[in-house]
Amino acid sequence: MLAHLKPSGHQRKFPVTIAARPPRHSFRFRGRNFLALVLKPETPRAAWLADLDQWLARSPGFFTGKPLILDLAGLSFARSDVVSLMAELDSRAIRIIGIEGADPSILDKSLPPLLTGGRTAGSVEAIEAISPRAATPDPADQGAPAAAAVAPAPVPSLMVETPVRSGQTIMNPDGDVIILGSVASGAEVIASGSIHVYGALRGRALAGAYGNESARVFCRRFEAELIAVGGYYKVLEDIDPPLRQKPVQAWLSGNDLKIATLDQNEKELVTWRKS
Amino acid sequence: MAEVLVVTSGKGGVGKTTSTAALGAALAQSGQKVCVVDFDVGLRNLDLVMGAERRVVYDLINVANGDVRLQQALIRDKRIENLSLLAASQTRDKDALSEEGVRRCIGELREKFDWVICDSPAGIERGATMAMRYADLAVVVTNPEVSSVRDSDRIIGLLDSKTMKAERGERMEKFLLLTRYDTVRAGRGDMLSIDDVLEILSIPLLGIIPESEEVLRASNLGSPVTISSATSAPARAYSDAARRLRGETVPMTIPNARHPLLTRLFGRRAA
Repeated sequence: MLAHLKPSGHQRKFPVTIAARPPRHSFRFRGRNFLALVLKPETPRAAWLADLDQWLARSPGFFTGKPLILDLAGLSFARSDVVSLMAELDSRAIRIIGIEGADPSILDKSLPPLLTGGRTAGSVEAIEAISPRAATPDPADQGAPAAAAVAPAPVPSLMVETPVRSGQTIMNPDGDVIILGSVASGAEVIASGSIHVYGALRGRALAGAYGNESARVFCRRFEAELIAVGGYYKVLEDIDPPLRQKPVQAWLSGNDLKIATLDQNEKELVTWRKS
Repeated sequence: MAEVLVVTSGKGGVGKTTSTAALGAALAQSGQKVCVVDFDVGLRNLDLVMGAERRVVYDLINVANGDVRLQQALIRDKRIENLSLLAASQTRDKDALSEEGVRRCIGELREKFDWVICDSPAGIERGATMAMRYADLAVVVTNPEVSSVRDSDRIIGLLDSKTMKAERGERMEKFLLLTRYDTVRAGRGDMLSIDDVLEILSIPLLGIIPESEEVLRASNLGSPVTISSATSAPARAYSDAARRLRGETVPMTIPNARHPLLTRLFGRRAA
């Protein structure tokens, strides 16, 4: 995660990740992780499709914009079965980006590609609200999405009701993270949206992790080791001592990471809004 | 119904083994049947602190592997009849601990004792996770220093996720034991305050043990401080903590800085 970070422009003149101009003949690729949902059909197919319809009626639009994989492992589908199943899913506006666990010989160019090497990220309970247990991360899975919860539209945010302990990672790739307790030194909170900490923030907070530059970090007591928005970061050493231990917010203005206390700086906020 | 208690900290040298011995002895002195178990396989110390190092024949690994019966490995304390020790093996390492063996061993200990106190090794690796695995409650030993507090915070996270109780979705009870609390340094303000530690860790306080020569001397004598000098300040603090573990309400004593002149006059004698 930190490899993609650039120091806030306010602190250093040039983002460090700008490399020398690459030779013209080489391409640059970037790796990016997405959390894909895996759909596993069951037999009899008609009954499974009926269940799916019933479920879609309760959660319309759940699959919109989400990468979906079709898992055919253990199902002896012929090519014609796959083609007709794809048509059924297509008619429900469910787009499949890849197929897993199928015999390669039954797939051709008209069907999504065969994917291998996927790692399980836990099952996703789509209908229920996020349960407190789902929000308690496993500290052993450092760096991995420890608690990736997907809630129904419109705003999937992850609520954590327990203190975040040193060594734990809380991650929400789909929206905000709200922490009711404190974030300990050595803990890490990552969100594609904003981060709200109602206790003390002593660990790291990385908001707008996938480049959302309008994300913000809010906390009631600011002692963060590192704070980042949209990839621009500051470490505690770079931050004005008067801001420490205060309730603050951090936001991005251009490529400058701004931090201000919550109860003042109305003027600065207004100028920021205008710019 | 036996209670299995893990004494843990993450960081080394904060007083886990000393606290295990002192709490175990204090609980036994109040009439409870207690077994203290050393999980520090390869670096065993609890036998020394308990003064039983010359009587170790079989150990935790032997019992966990089913080589011997539990009864053969238990070492009964010579001073307190209802206090027993299950030593660690010095010649093996922590990988020798099998989860199934530990489960069976703890299960047998539960039937024989009122309290099973597991002395966790430092770190967050196999020895520490095995020591906490089957525990019902935890005492987190912390010094009022930033490094110790952060390591304790990490351990609390593991207690909430890696124990059987946590995996069953139950709440793991955790208590803070603040040790090596230096009254002189606290008076000067160059230690973390009790309030700061409690605010960061946010678990209930079980006791505050003052830094004391008595504790060091007791460890070297091979006698838990609650036995060797029962009226000393640390011994009273441990006894109070043991009573709180049994559910009693005991007012918390915060060790006070002694008068500098008195310290100068009487402090040297203890050294």
